[in-house]
Amino acid sequence: MTTMGQPKPNGPAAAAILAAGIGVFVLGLMTTLAEASAALGNALTLVSSAGPLSGKVAVAVLADLVAWIVAGLAWRERDVAFNRAFGITLLLIAGGFLLTFPPFFDLFAAKG
Amino acid sequence: MQLTDRELWGVIHGMGLGALFLLAFGGGLAGLWSLREGLVTPEGVEERTPRLLVGTWVMAIVAWLTVLVGTFIVYPWYRAKPPAGVTDLAAYPRVLLLSNPNTAQWHQFGMEWKEHVAWIAPLLATAVAFVVLYYGAQLIRHPEVRRALLVLFTLAFAAAAVAGLLGAFITKAAPVA
Repeated sequence: MTTMGQPKPNGPAAAAILAAGIGVFVLGLMTTLAEASAALGNALTLVSSAGPLSGKVAVAVLADLVAWIVAGLAWRERDVAFNRAFGITLLLIAGGFLLTFPPFFDLFAAKG
Repeated sequence: MQLTDRELWGVIHGMGLGALFLLAFGGGLAGLWSLREGLVTPEGVEERTPRLLVGTWVMAIVAWLTVLVGTFIVYPWYRAKPPAGVTDLAAYPRVLLLSNPNTAQWHQFGMEWKEHVAWIAPLLATAVAFVVLYYGAQLIRHPEVRRALLVLFTLAFAAAAVAGLLGAFITKAAPVA
């Protein structure tokens, strides 16, 4: 097989995957925190017609991009412990799913 | 037989992009699943890689389009508040659902989960598409990465499926019209 070329390091792949996990977790964190704090919910209202959801998703996407850039630069030409990075990613994703689940985030809902 | 602008955007969001997403997921999943040494010849890898790239990138792009249309076009109509004195709540789905204890959970559980969980799909699908692009045909040499992509791709689909299913039920109870 001649078209495969030089083996590529797994760092950039691990960076993209870990960053996605961080984005998912931050999405969940913003969801639960906005439920607990009306002030944060208001601050996250970047687009009034879409309400706090606009800010929650903006912060999550930003966290994903920043994490991707930082890890991508740090691991650009390196092989990293991929399975460890993926394991952490799965934990972050599980946390993100839980934090966006209404019966869970309602536990932290601001009273009144 | 006609659709209002709101119904048309609802159809684009839920059925048009949703159907494309499903097709792209099927193609991408089959491509990732079968990309194993021993199952595919070198020529087969070269032949399949572009199709895998298209499947994963179409899924990522469609996932972004779906959540962007849903959040910034359809959702504002859903959550609009009626002016004082309005008694016909048909044009205000959120308020309509909350006005009846028998339907309130469609908002309090269904919509509250749907609007957030849907955004998990594009975040994960984009990472998968990037890694497929990064490795190209070399992906077959990295079984641990391929397995991770299969898991993330499936989780992206699961998030979208939850959102899509809840969206269908909510639309049945209180359509954006």
